[in-house]
Amino acid sequence: MNNIFVYCEITEEGTIADVSLELLSKGRKLANELNIKLEAVVIGSQITDIESQLFPYGVDVIHIAQDTRLFPYTTLPHAAIVVNLFKEEKPEIALFGATSIGRDLAPRVASALKCGLTADCTSLEIGDHTENKTQTTYKNLLYQIRPAFGGNIIATIINPDTRPQMATVREGVMKKEITSKSTKGEVKVLDIEQYLSSDDDFVLEIIERHVEQQKVNIKGAQIIIAGGYGVGSKENFDLLFNLAEVIGGEVGASRAAVDAGYVEHARQIGQTGVTVRPKLYIACGISGAVQHRAGMDQSAKIISINNDPKAPINKIADYTIIGSVSDIVPKMIKYYKANSK
Amino acid sequence: MSFRIVVLAKQVPDTRNVGKDAMKADGTVNRAALPAIYNPEDLNALEMALQIKKMRNDVEVIILTMGPPRAAEIIRESIYRGADKGYLITDRKFAGSDTLATSYAISLAIKKLAPYHLVISGRQAIDGDTAQVGPQAAEKLGIPQITYAEELLEVDENHIVIKRRLERGIEVVKSPLPALITVHSSAPDCRARNAKLLMKYKHARTVTELQEETRDYTELYNKRPYLQIDEWTVADLDADVEMLGLSGSPTKVKKIENVVLQQKDSVLLTDSDKDIELLIKELLSTHIIG
Ligand SMILES: Cc1cc2nc3c(=O)[nH]c(=O)nc-3n(C[C@H](O)[C@H](O)[C@H](O)COP(=O)(O)OP(=O)(O)OC[C@H]3O[C@@H](n4cnc5c(N)ncnc54)[C@H](O)[C@@H]3O)c2cc1C
Ligand SMILES: Nc1ncnc2c1ncn2[C@@H]1O[C@H](COP(=O)(O)O)[C@@H](O)[C@H]1O
Repeated sequence: MNNIFVYCEITEEGTIADVSLELLSKGRKLANELNIKLEAVVIGSQITDIESQLFPYGVDVIHIAQDTRLFPYTTLPHAAIVVNLFKEEKPEIALFGATSIGRDLAPRVASALKCGLTADCTSLEIGDHTENKTQTTYKNLLYQIRPAFGGNIIATIINPDTRPQMATVREGVMKKEITSKSTKGEVKVLDIEQYLSSDDDFVLEIIERHVEQQKVNIKGAQIIIAGGYGVGSKENFDLLFNLAEVIGGEVGASRAAVDAGYVEHARQIGQTGVTVRPKLYIACGISGAVQHRAGMDQSAKIISINNDPKAPINKIADYTIIGSVSDIVPKMIKYYKANSK
Repeated sequence: MSFRIVVLAKQVPDTRNVGKDAMKADGTVNRAALPAIYNPEDLNALEMALQIKKMRNDVEVIILTMGPPRAAEIIRESIYRGADKGYLITDRKFAGSDTLATSYAISLAIKKLAPYHLVISGRQAIDGDTAQVGPQAAEKLGIPQITYAEELLEVDENHIVIKRRLERGIEVVKSPLPALITVHSSAPDCRARNAKLLMKYKHARTVTELQEETRDYTELYNKRPYLQIDEWTVADLDADVEMLGLSGSPTKVKKIENVVLQQKDSVLLTDSDKDIELLIKELLSTHIIG
C-alpha cells in the first residue's frame, strides 16, 4: 500500500514550521491505522538538523531537496518538485498546512495530478464508504471533515477514486505529539534537476520580504483567558491580562473584541483565527457564536463569565458564572492569591 | 493589440448573514433564504483590473463568471463599475462541479479569450472558502500565479509587480506576464457604480434572460448590440463532459451536518465571593490551575 506524505514548511529561522509538525503527528496516527509509512517532503535551502527535527515525530522517510533558489518559497519550483515526486511515489494521502504557502501550493499540485483537495479540514479520520448507486464499497478512505457555508454546516468530504487524497489543515488544529525520541528513518536526497520542469520555474522574482516570527503564541498555552465584546473596553482587557499573569495563561479574544480594537488580531480565536485546545478556557463576555466555538470547543474545561444566562457559550461551559466581567475577574485574582501556595 | 485582463467573479450566497431561516428542517441549507451577492474579494479583483485600466489606455477588462442564468447579474454589476464586457459560463452539465472541474471549465473559457495579459480572481469565495480555483486555473493555463495580492505596484507590457499579504508579513514579487493574480480583501475596495454606465447598460441581458422578459427587446438590441451578454455552454467551450460536473469532481460530499450545540452538564454559579472562592479552590485541587 502507498504512504502518507506531509509537505513540511520551513520557517524564517530555518526550522520546520509548527503546522507541519502537527500534520506529521496526525499523519503518524493515520499511518498506524492504515499500517503504512509516514513520509516528509522538505524543500528549501541550508536546512540543518532535519533528522533530529523530524524523526521524533515518527517519520519513516524524509525526502529532501536543497538549493539556494528554493528558499524563500515560490510556487513553481516547489509545485514541480512535489508533483514529480508524487507521480513517482503515488501517495495514498498528502497533507499540507492551510497557510499562505500550503494554500498556494496544494491547489496547484492537485490540479496537475487531477486529484481532489479539501481545504481547511478540522478533523481527519479513516472510514469506509459505499456508493449508493453502484453499491461499490471503498475501504479505508480519508474522511476530510471541514466547516462550510460560513461555518454553519460541517461537511465530510471523500475522494473515492483519485490519489493522493489531499487536504489542508490550519495551524493549531491538530496536536503536536512526539512519538519517541529514538526513532530513526531513511533520508532520501532529491536531485532537483530531475524534478524541476525547467528554468522557467524560477521566473518569479522576490524583490522584498518582511515576515515576522511567530509572536503571540496562544496556541501553545495551557490556560487561556479569552475576552469578547462584553469585556467592554481596552482598559477592562487589562483585567484579563492581570488574571493571565497571576495564574499563568495567555489572553485570547473573539473577533468582535478584535474588531472593536480591544486587542490585536494575533489573539483571535475561532474559525478565522487560531484554534486552541487548552486545559482551561475562561470565556469572559463572549456570546459563543458558532465561528468562535469552532476554535475552542475542544478545550478540556470551559468557564463562561457572562451576564446573560442564555448566552450560547454557557451550553458548552463546565462552569457558568452569571455576572459582570469587571466584578468577577478581580475576585478570581483575589481568591487565587489567597488559596494558592 | 490591447492589454487584455480577464477577471473571474462568482455569485455566492451571503453566508455572512445567516439567519435562523437559513437552515431547513431537514438540516440542509436553504439557499433561497440567502441573498445572492458578488463574492466580496472578487470586487477587490475587479478594482485591481480597473486600476490598470486607468493607468494605461489600451486595457480591456473582461468578466468571466460561471453559474446559473441569474449569475448574469455579476456581469451587469461589473460593467456598471467599468468592466468592458462579460461572458457567462452556464450549462446544466456544470452542476455539481468541485474546484477542479470549475477551474477546468474556467481555464477553457480563458483560453478562448487568448491572447490575454492577466487573469485576476478573488482569493476565495465565501461559500466554500477554498481559495483553490485561482491557482488551479493558473496551473491549467500553464502560467505563474501570485496569490493574496494587496497592492498593485507596477505593470507594463511584460511584467507586473505586486505586494502580497502573507499571514505573518508581506512580500513584493515581480512576475512575467501572462500571470494569474488572486486578490486579498486587504486590497482597495471596488469603486462604486458609475451612473452613466448604469443607464447605458441596465437593459443588458443574456439570451436566457431575454426569453423570460415580457417586453420585446428585438428593436433595442438591433440598435444597441452591445447590450447582448454572451453565454458559453459546454459545447462552446469544446469541453470534455467527463471532466465537468459530478463526474469531473474527485471530491464527493459524504455527509453534511448542521452545527448544533451539544449541551454539557454545567455548574451554575453566582458572582458572590463565596461561589468564586469555591470555584478557585476546586480548580486548584484538581490541578487545572497550579
Ligand atoms: C465567516 C465568519 C467567520 C468568523 N470568524 C470568527 C472567529 O474566528 N472568531 C470569533 O470569535 N468570531 C468569528 N466570527 C464572528 C462571530 O460570528 C461573532 O460575531 C463573534 O464571535 C461575537 O463575539 P463576542 O461573543 O465577543 O460578541 P457578542 O456576540 O457581542 O457577545 C458579547 C457577550 O458578552 C456578554 N456581556 C456583555 N456585557 C458583559 C459584561 N459586563 N460582563 C459579562 N458579560 C457581558 C453578552 O451577554 C454577550 O453574550 C466570524 C463570523 C463570520 C461570519
Ligand atoms: N463559478 C465561478 N465563476 C467565476 N469565478 C469563480 C468561480 N468559482 C471561483 N471563482 C474564482 O476563484 C476564486 C476562488 O474561489 P474558491 O476556490 O471557490 O474559493 C473566486 O474568488 C473567484 O474569483
